[in-house]
Amino acid sequence: MESGLIGSTRAAAGALAAAALLGLAACSAGSSTSSPDGTPPPSGEGSEEALVLGLVAEPATLDFSQDAGAAIPQALLVNVYEGLVKLDQDGEIVAALATDWEVSDDGLTYTFDLVEDAIFTNGEPFTADDAAFSIERVQNDWAVALKSAMDVVASAEATSPTELVVTLTGPSNNWLYNMTTRVGAMFSESGVDDLANTPIGTGPYAFTEWNRGDSIVLTRNPDYWGDAPYFNEVTLRYFDDPTALNSALLTGTIDVITTVQAPEGLAQFEGNEDLQIIEGTTNGEVVLSFNHRSTPFQDLRVRQAVRQAIDHQALVDTCWAGRGDLIGSMVPPTDPWYEDLTDVAPYDPDEATALLTAAGQTDLTLRLRLPSLPYATSCGQVVASQLEDVGITVEVDTLEFPAQWLAQVFMAPNDYDMSIVAHVEPRDIPPIFGDPTYYLGYLNPEVVEMLEAADLGTVDEQVTIMQEVARTLSEDAAADWLFLLPNLVVADADITGLPENAIGEALDLTLLARS
Amino acid sequence: MLLRVLVRAGVLLASLAVSSVVVFGFLAALPGDPARVALGVNATEESVATLRTEFGLDRPLRTQYVDWVGGMLTGDPGRSYVSKAEIGLQLADRMQVTLWLVAAATVIAVLIALPAGTLMAVRHGKLSGLVLAGLSQIGVAVPAFLAGILLITLFAVRLRWLPSGGWTPPVEDPVMFLRQLTLPALALGLVQGAVLTRYVRSAVIDVLREDYLRTARAKGLTPERALWRHGLRNAMVPVVTVLGLQLATLLIGAVVVERVFVVPGMGKLLLDAVANRDLLLVQAVVMVLVVAVLVVNFVVDLLYTVLDPRLRHG
Repeated sequence: MESGLIGSTRAAAGALAAAALLGLAACSAGSSTSSPDGTPPPSGEGSEEALVLGLVAEPATLDFSQDAGAAIPQALLVNVYEGLVKLDQDGEIVAALATDWEVSDDGLTYTFDLVEDAIFTNGEPFTADDAAFSIERVQNDWAVALKSAMDVVASAEATSPTELVVTLTGPSNNWLYNMTTRVGAMFSESGVDDLANTPIGTGPYAFTEWNRGDSIVLTRNPDYWGDAPYFNEVTLRYFDDPTALNSALLTGTIDVITTVQAPEGLAQFEGNEDLQIIEGTTNGEVVLSFNHRSTPFQDLRVRQAVRQAIDHQALVDTCWAGRGDLIGSMVPPTDPWYEDLTDVAPYDPDEATALLTAAGQTDLTLRLRLPSLPYATSCGQVVASQLEDVGITVEVDTLEFPAQWLAQVFMAPNDYDMSIVAHVEPRDIPPIFGDPTYYLGYLNPEVVEMLEAADLGTVDEQVTIMQEVARTLSEDAAADWLFLLPNLVVADADITGLPENAIGEALDLTLLARS
Repeated sequence: MLLRVLVRAGVLLASLAVSSVVVFGFLAALPGDPARVALGVNATEESVATLRTEFGLDRPLRTQYVDWVGGMLTGDPGRSYVSKAEIGLQLADRMQVTLWLVAAATVIAVLIALPAGTLMAVRHGKLSGLVLAGLSQIGVAVPAFLAGILLITLFAVRLRWLPSGGWTPPVEDPVMFLRQLTLPALALGLVQGAVLTRYVRSAVIDVLREDYLRTARAKGLTPERALWRHGLRNAMVPVVTVLGLQLATLLIGAVVVERVFVVPGMGKLLLDAVANRDLLLVQAVVMVLVVAVLVVNFVVDLLYTVLDPRLRHG
């Protein structure tokens, strides 16, 4: 990076001279942009227009029942696959393929009324049998760990073509929420043969084409049972390189950047009247994890010292261009139990030094093992230097993500003291802080007990208890929360319906329009 | 002549056998479990083990190697671990893309190098020759990805003459194909052209000093005509060698350039496969690249004999 300026000046001279030498630059046709500007948007029903969105990280397969990649539900959930319920922009659970549902008083039986006219893109009608099949298929045929979300289901039964009765083994608030995620996606009984390449759902868009290494094309589903989306064709184009992604928007090759990879790159879009910048929140808590199996971290004072040695605002300003909210615990502001907990462990280097002295750790060395991800490597340097300021020696190394990082940090023998990774799954406290076999090795019986109570109780009780959990995690310094990854979207100024906050697993394309 | 071809073919086969062992061995030793990467961070040990069996990763290495080589030889390298897609089809798809890119870049490189190199040789010692030599020196120093970023900044973002990337097959839309091919081919070709220019220059300088060229001029030809008629063909022998060797560099360059220009070729396939630990796919891609480089070297060897009759009896 440091040599970038020198290198680019030299290269510019070389490239220009060589191009001029050949006169090649001028030999191709004039400019054109792909967006059909100037056509008035038809009102009501959808238009014939197409939209191209730029994303990072292409999925490796389209089957989220066998591959855990987050890019698959991002593209397909809500758009191609629908669940019985879904999340709205406020994080509320609302109706989707189920028009209505009733929960029995004991919290064990859910009765769903289903829409009547939904049709899968293979031509089969959606019925309660498909719903029961989809739920049982998670239990029997899914390979990914998320399938455990269905463990609580005792039976799923179609009592009529439009009525589904699901019985749980015990009350669970999390279950209905999980039904809004990929686990709740509804499949056709006769349409699961080639999910890796041919997704078949009931959604407003039909999967049309996957050009591997380049793009996924969705077209409006003509038989959709609900409101037709505005765009006739939506292309998700994948970029590995942030510069290429930015250039594609600036040249009109794409209309939207769904996630700006490096926030310092936002500067080139600011002040451009043809573009809009949307900044919201995500579920991605950037966690500075402590390995609770490592001896120094078994002492609460050491964990607190590390938290108080970090100046979080300065950190975000330095390594993430000041974008991203400070959270202080494992809850994003879009969750019902969010509280600002940044004051639990305020920045106080003197207090940190005092805590280390009290713990007898005046000559502490910690290994910070980072995954090779942009936020981790850049923020890891800042963490290291702030910890050095209070007298902790930090040994930093970087492991290729995902393969190397998984093998060394995440899996046994969990060979690390600290790491940095964004946990992007929604409402992910239970698997991370409720399971001592997880890579953090965090065991707090009080937290485990509260998590169980929250899942079993009423919805109001759940909120109160989860607030308590979040506070306990923060006070117990179970980890440090560096910041919340921002949702940074840049788009043509006339695109509407872009979600401000990335709340669920899906990139919801259904409300997009051009004004 | 025949003997020479046979010996060269033998060397080619031996190299292929050795490289297949090396490719397989390195990837088997690569840390990171393909099954774990596919199933993600929360998968249980149990389901990872099941998937390993499904991938055939629990078999002895020797069996895995024999199956793999057998598959490659019969034209069926199997299915990708992750996407379950036919590897053969993917390779064919992506190879076409990369071949277009490498071919276009080679043409650009030759179009730059021949005139520029010859000019530099003829103007050897003069100011214009020095300027050209300086420019080519700069060209040699620029990595292809940087050239790519600069070309995008200038021709796509600022001037808006060409798209910043993407790929359209030539049968689908020939005009768009050419527009999208131009910048990545230039990024690759400019750098290779700069390298090649220096070889053309020294080859032509060597030829200019040869006795036969002096004889040709003594017979009344102008320096330009003498060089054109008698010199260039002789100068081409080392240039063809370098061009062959450069193919390897071009393929590697294509890996990075494809990334910058979002071109779905072999390079992008390779990088994605490595990240997903799709080892069967990585092995197949690397092996195809190795075969390509070895075969080109073989062909270059044979070309010598065409260009230089003296070697036919060697």
